Parts: sequence; structure tokens; C-alpha cells
Amino acid sequence: MIPLLRHSARPSRPRRLTLQILRYNPATPEIAPYLQDFAIDESDGMTLFIALNEIRASQDPSLQFDFVCRAGICGSCAMLVDGRPALACRTLTRDCGPRIVLAPLPFFELIGDLSVNTGKWMRGTAERLQTWIAQTQPVDLDALEARMEPALAEAIYELDRCIECGCCIAACGTAQMREDFVGAVGLNKIARFRLDPRDTRSDADFYELIGDDNGVFGCMSLLGCHDFCPKQLPLQTQIAFLRRKMAVEGWR
Amino acid sequence: MRQYAKPTLPPLPVEPDGLAPPSARLQHQGQSQALTASRWPARLDLLQGISGLALALFLVAHMAFVASILVSEEMFYRVARFFEGEWLFGTPHPWLVSLVAAGVTGLLIVHAWLALRKFPASYRQHSAFAAHRRRLRHVDTSLWWLQVVSGFILFFLTTIHLYDMLSQPALIGPYESADRVWSGRMWPIYLALLFTAEVHGGIGLYRLALKWGWFVGDAPNRGRLRLRRVRHVFTAFFVTLGLVTLLAYADLGRNHAAHAGERYQPPPSAEPARS
Repeated sequence: MIPLLRHSARPSRPRRLTLQILRYNPATPEIAPYLQDFAIDESDGMTLFIALNEIRASQDPSLQFDFVCRAGICGSCAMLVDGRPALACRTLTRDCGPRIVLAPLPFFELIGDLSVNTGKWMRGTAERLQTWIAQTQPVDLDALEARMEPALAEAIYELDRCIECGCCIAACGTAQMREDFVGAVGLNKIARFRLDPRDTRSDADFYELIGDDNGVFGCMSLLGCHDFCPKQLPLQTQIAFLRRKMAVEGWR
Repeated sequence: MRQYAKPTLPPLPVEPDGLAPPSARLQHQGQSQALTASRWPARLDLLQGISGLALALFLVAHMAFVASILVSEEMFYRVARFFEGEWLFGTPHPWLVSLVAAGVTGLLIVHAWLALRKFPASYRQHSAFAAHRRRLRHVDTSLWWLQVVSGFILFFLTTIHLYDMLSQPALIGPYESADRVWSGRMWPIYLALLFTAEVHGGIGLYRLALKWGWFVGDAPNRGRLRLRRVRHVFTAFFVTLGLVTLLAYADLGRNHAAHAGERYQPPPSAEPARS
């Protein structure tokens, strides 16, 4: 139907939402973790990011949570919404029930309340997996960059859309059990640099990084990463692809 | 984007051969030669998939053979004699069945041992996964757990059946098998085995396809949905066929209970003419 003619089914009174938030501050370990209820009125197009800011502004300034871009690009506001990882800024309250349970992402170091230090883990993983363009020759900064086929550039960009929010790690059953598992974010980065013609590493080099049970062979295809990725990255396909390539490498 | 160059290799010291300190030598050789990652994780992962695939295919074939009782008692008798190599040697050789049972047992041990690598091993891993499964409410995560549980049950149930086939290979026939099911009170084992094996095999084949990206196509979500439907049909078909077959054996065994232990004799007309 034409949007202008659509009958607006707006209720006369806004819904009263209860946000049940897991509170814990590692700096004050004597206070055990607890769930705290915050009641707010729902507004049109309200996201969890807006709701949380409203709570922090009007009810409890000590509430800790992260955000930067409020548009699903920075990956800071990932948290467990009713037990499932999601970006607060991309979650509309109208898609949730009247009681919304919020908890910090598991696996990552807790900073306080809903804030976790994903950056520390992402940095460590990037260093461990050497997720950068590795070249054997120093780059000549004055030379023109080599041309790249648009299709290839698109394919690289598709994988480069990862925002390192940590949702794939929080949704990964393997990572919950095995802390050293690199997760979909790590494997996706390897897939991205493997595509890049500027990266001179071979499959044998990539095998050194992900060819074990903490890498691609540790993945048990539970596919939580694929299903909960807020950027809808093709993680299922990429991990299967890497597994085939690394298996060929490993069979040599 | 900031770019990094791989560090250049340090030169080897100029001392005569054999005098260079090992650290310098290792450094010079670079990571690819000095510290090469083991190829075994790849091989073990492949072996787990191949052994699982072989077992699942065996399960399908096995079901087709035992279900031949639904055609006729004589049909099953013929199938059993076929696997005893009667068509090849002229006389049945039950040790061939033992051989197959031994092969399947070996495959099962390899598969179980490789799958153990993925099992939660400690209390922390168990509780972390259980909490994760409960809060995520995600189909494929829960299916994996079902596969772990069914696989664990299969460790025990399969060995009972396989030892039977290994030790008494000659006792496969319409009356012999029916007596085992009913008078031998094996039907509870077979009933449990049917559900656990078909569920485990169905999920296993589905996960194998997803793991290696087979039959998924270009659209992963649509491909997965398609595979999920195939899995439902697979499990439903084989569980139903298995239940009907088991019921047929139980019924035959119940009617034959008074003569339990008596061997099946095919009707004379069906005997192949031997001179």
C-alpha cells in the first residue's frame, strides 16, 4: 500500500518498556552481578541505543554501555538482547517484547555493565593472524597502484565490511568452549587477505596461521556467526571455502 | 591503508659450516621451514568427515537390506545369503558378514575417536556451552548438541549390535533375526539404535554438507534451508521405514516365539537349482 494512505495503527498511549539490565562492575567486585529494571516509554522508531541513552540521561548516569556511530558501522554497541548478540543501535524496540533483557557480550573482557573490551581481543587476533597485507617487497609509495578487477575489488570489499563488533564470537558455541578459537571474524579476515592480489602470502602461509583446531578446523559449523552477523557477511560460505583450501594444503 | 612489509631475513653468520649458532640458523630459514604447522589437523578433520560419510552411507544401505523383510521373508533370506557370498562361492560364508562388521566397528572407532576432539571435555566447557545453547535458542547450535548426545549414546548401542553380528554372523535370516528381536529381547536396543542412529546420521550429513560447502549453492541461506528440508525428509523416511521394519521383525518373532531358535528354510521352489 502507498505509505501515505496506510492507516496508522498508533496506540493512544506509548508502550511501557522494561529494560532488565545486567549490572556488574569489575572495579567493585564486592557488589555481585544483579539485574536492574528500568522502565521507559517507547517512542516511534526507538532503538535500544536510544532507550539506553534515555535511561542513562534520566535515570542512572552510572549505567555503562558503548556506542560511537549509532548507525551500525562502528560495532561498539554489540550486546546480548534477550540472550542473543545484536547491535543496540540496529535493534528496534518494537521488534522486542515489553520486557527486554540486556547483558554484555560473553567471551570478551568486561569493562562494566554492558560495556566489553572487544578491541583488545580483536587487536590480539589481528596480530596473531597477521591480518594485514603482507608483502615481500617494500612498497614504493611513489608508484601507481596496480589495477584491480572491479569484481575482485567488490569481493574484497564484501568481506571488508566486517565491523569487528564481536557478535559472531558471542554467537559461536566453539568459542564459548575454547577460548583460543579465532572465530568467524578471524577466519573472515584471512579470507579477505587471501583474495587480495597485493598480499603475497600463499595457502601454505595461511595454513601456518589457521591450519589447526584453533583455526578453521576447530569450526564445528554451528553457524551462529552467520546467523547473528549484523552485517550479514557470508561467513558460512567463507569458512567452508577456507576449510577446503586448507584441507588441500594439509593433505600435501 | 597502512602497509607492512615482511621483515627481511637476517644474513647467516660467516662462520664455517656447522659453527653458526642454531638460533641464527633458524631465524634465517624463516618461519615456513623452521616452524611448520602440523598437517594432521587437516587430515584428522577430513578423516572425521570421510568416516562419518561412510558410516551414514552404510546406515542407508543397511536399512534397505533389513527392510527387505517387508517384501517377503524369502527376500530377506536371499539378501542375507547374498552378503554371505553365496553368489560368489556357491555356499554361504558367514565370516564375510563378520568381516564387514569388523570393518564397520573399525570405522566407528576411528569416527568416535576423531569426534571426541569436539566434545566438551571439562565442566567449564560443558556449562559454557549449555548456557550458550539456552540463551541463543539457535537451531544449528541445538542440533549440534543433539548430535553430541546421540553420538555418545551410539558409542554404547552400536557395540552391542556389532558384537552380535561379529560373533554370530550366521544367525541372520527371517526367523533368526526375528527371534533375536523378540525372544532375544533386543527390540529395545534396536528401537533406541534406530532413533539415535538416524537422527545422528541425518544431522551429520547435513552438517558435513555445510562444513565443506557442498550442495549449498550461491545463496547460503536458501541452500541451508533446502538442506534442512532434505534432512527432515531423510530422518522421517528412515525412522518410519525402520519402525515398520522393526515392527515386522517383532511380529514375526512373537509368532515364532514357540519355535525360537529354529532356522528359516526357504520354500523348495525358491532354492536355486544345483546339480
